[in-house]
Amino acid sequence: MKRYLLPCLATAMVLSAGPSMAQLKATITGVPEIPVTSVPNFLKVPAGEYLGESVAVATNSKGHIFVYHRSAPTSKLWEFDQNGSFMREIGKGYYGFEFSHSVRIDPQDNIWTVDEGTNMVTKFSPEGKVLMVLGRRPPAIGGAVATRTGPNAPAEKYIFCRPTDVGWDPQGNIFVSDGYCNNRVVKYDPQGRFLAQAGSEKPGKGLGEFNLPHGMQVDGKGNVWVADRSNFRYQVLDNNLKPIREITNLGVGWTICISPGPHQYVFHSNSNPNGNVPGSWDITGEIYKTELDGTVIGKFGRPGKNPPYFQVVHMMDCRNPNEIVVGEIESWRVQKLILKQQTAKAASAQ
Amino acid sequence: MKRLLPLLLAGTILAGYPAVAQNAAPEIPFDGDVNFLKTPNDVYLGEVGGVATNSRGDIFVYTRTGHPTVTLGGSRNFAHGGSQLYQFDRNGRFVREIGKDAYGFMFANQVRVDPQDNVWVVDQMTNMVMKFDPQGRLAMLLGRKAESINIPARPAAAGGGEGGGGAAGAPGAGRAQDIFDRPTDVAWDAQGNIFVADGQGNARVAKFDKDGKFVKSWGQKGSGQGQFDNVRSIAVDAQGNVYVADGNNHRIQIFDNNGTFKSQIGNLGNPQAICLTTGANPMLYVSNSNPPNDIDKAGEIYKMKLDGTIVGKFGRAGKMAKEFGTVNSIDCRNENSLLVGEIGNLRVQKVTLRAG
Repeated sequence: MKRYLLPCLATAMVLSAGPSMAQLKATITGVPEIPVTSVPNFLKVPAGEYLGESVAVATNSKGHIFVYHRSAPTSKLWEFDQNGSFMREIGKGYYGFEFSHSVRIDPQDNIWTVDEGTNMVTKFSPEGKVLMVLGRRPPAIGGAVATRTGPNAPAEKYIFCRPTDVGWDPQGNIFVSDGYCNNRVVKYDPQGRFLAQAGSEKPGKGLGEFNLPHGMQVDGKGNVWVADRSNFRYQVLDNNLKPIREITNLGVGWTICISPGPHQYVFHSNSNPNGNVPGSWDITGEIYKTELDGTVIGKFGRPGKNPPYFQVVHMMDCRNPNEIVVGEIESWRVQKLILKQQTAKAASAQ
Repeated sequence: MKRLLPLLLAGTILAGYPAVAQNAAPEIPFDGDVNFLKTPNDVYLGEVGGVATNSRGDIFVYTRTGHPTVTLGGSRNFAHGGSQLYQFDRNGRFVREIGKDAYGFMFANQVRVDPQDNVWVVDQMTNMVMKFDPQGRLAMLLGRKAESINIPARPAAAGGGEGGGGAAGAPGAGRAQDIFDRPTDVAWDAQGNIFVADGQGNARVAKFDKDGKFVKSWGQKGSGQGQFDNVRSIAVDAQGNVYVADGNNHRIQIFDNNGTFKSQIGNLGNPQAICLTTGANPMLYVSNSNPPNDIDKAGEIYKMKLDGTIVGKFGRAGKMAKEFGTVNSIDCRNENSLLVGEIGNLRVQKVTLRAG
């Protein structure tokens, strides 16, 4: 008798009607190529263990690498040291783990996970103890349920619908992008109380509306950067979630990373689509490095099954803007990329 | 060929609890310790259905740890797993897991310890009440887990109304036997008779003798005297009177030992967890628990006399220490040192009341 373990949310169809090729391609031209090298055999996974879809990766202040990956029987959070040696699993069997989407480390080295299977955002202490949860896992009491269809239910203050990412402003306010079935960004105070939201359960194209806000980060001024994936753009919101501008020339808004420090850089990934769509490798897969003001500095990377190429970059860590750690969906892999220091003239962002 | 499939299942989330109008109640100063229980690195509490102490101060936590699985294939689907029972010592140190992989553990709702230090757990999904002796061995079972589950699920809380326990054939009256529908809590009188709060599917209280033989049940769905809408918690006083938290009716109904209505305490918001202290001057703790989807309303716990006179209140909904996230359980063995089990914050909080 053969048995399979299979997270039931994973059985939900992930693919929707595919975008056209034209929408996938970044319209910006003349962006200089940044030479990169991929650190060979970066993460040392213990024998007999396997990374699954490595959708979420982040580093802490010591350089430790956290990977929240889709494994079996549920998603797992692994910590590696700064040399890529495996240290431990955090949250083994934890209630909030089912289908990973993001992990981020706050300035106090707390570990935040975003799980789109349990609809929970969890703050772990650096030691791995649960400090706060946002959202609630749908209780199992009703038994197995059919895949949900129809219009999204109205968004609630404290309930997520397949949330995607988390970030903080310098005051410690918490921002959550939510998500695949809500289409909004929510702001909470540091104690987890609801303050504001932009967007709603409904997808929209206007500024301040979203269609699959898939990645999000907050810069040092408290502005909120949202990868608005199915609108093929990024949006920048102010600290109260009022839209400031959109960025439409960098392809699909898959995910975003903002480096820390006084001079911040923004990394945007025009990830190649899942499923190896014919022709997609030719026009997608690159990561753009920009200034906060939108000036595009350069780009690097392209799709491919083997390093140093990418197979659907899902998340980037850019604590060191010259060493980017990327997590890939389809190659079940985390790469560390060393960027050659830039001397080339910056291209204009139009 | 079989497949196993963790259930991520939608349930009913109750909304619209009215705010309780007991604002005049004095605030009881208190401390809240959210780090009292020390779990090993690979043990994580999920939603805490129940917390209870025994006479030595050992602490039992029945928690929804998640990841119930369904075996797919064939002509039926079989569900198991999803909750665990942990024991801690009086200082909060982890001791052991009891009932690992027990057939009746799926959706934790309550744990209570009887005067002989037996540990009783109530599971809302397997519809079972399980009695463990102090050594952790199964001593008695009430109810039976369904052999298989329906996919997709039947509508939540659609059960009840079959046969007649209290009022024959009435919705929620259940059957005159130990077939439960989402039971929530258990209590005992001085003679050892067992009272089961049944529950969120049925709307009745079922009484069994100390050997588990069905005696009677009473109640049906409704808002009149002796009727219930969401039986959330139950307690029995030294005289054998039965206190029933009637959640959606925002009250506690008090019955004599045979289910005859005596009185009620109203205007209680959403009484989701109650606890009766013992001794010469017993007190009743009642949590007006916030709904799981909102921390901006309710959440306070009341301390009252058995006649409903409010002594004071403490706490509010929230995520910090001294705040509560949908309290589902209160242990009040020590009147001024409570253990509070929270659904929303995946924790047990030790509450120490100070003299006001």
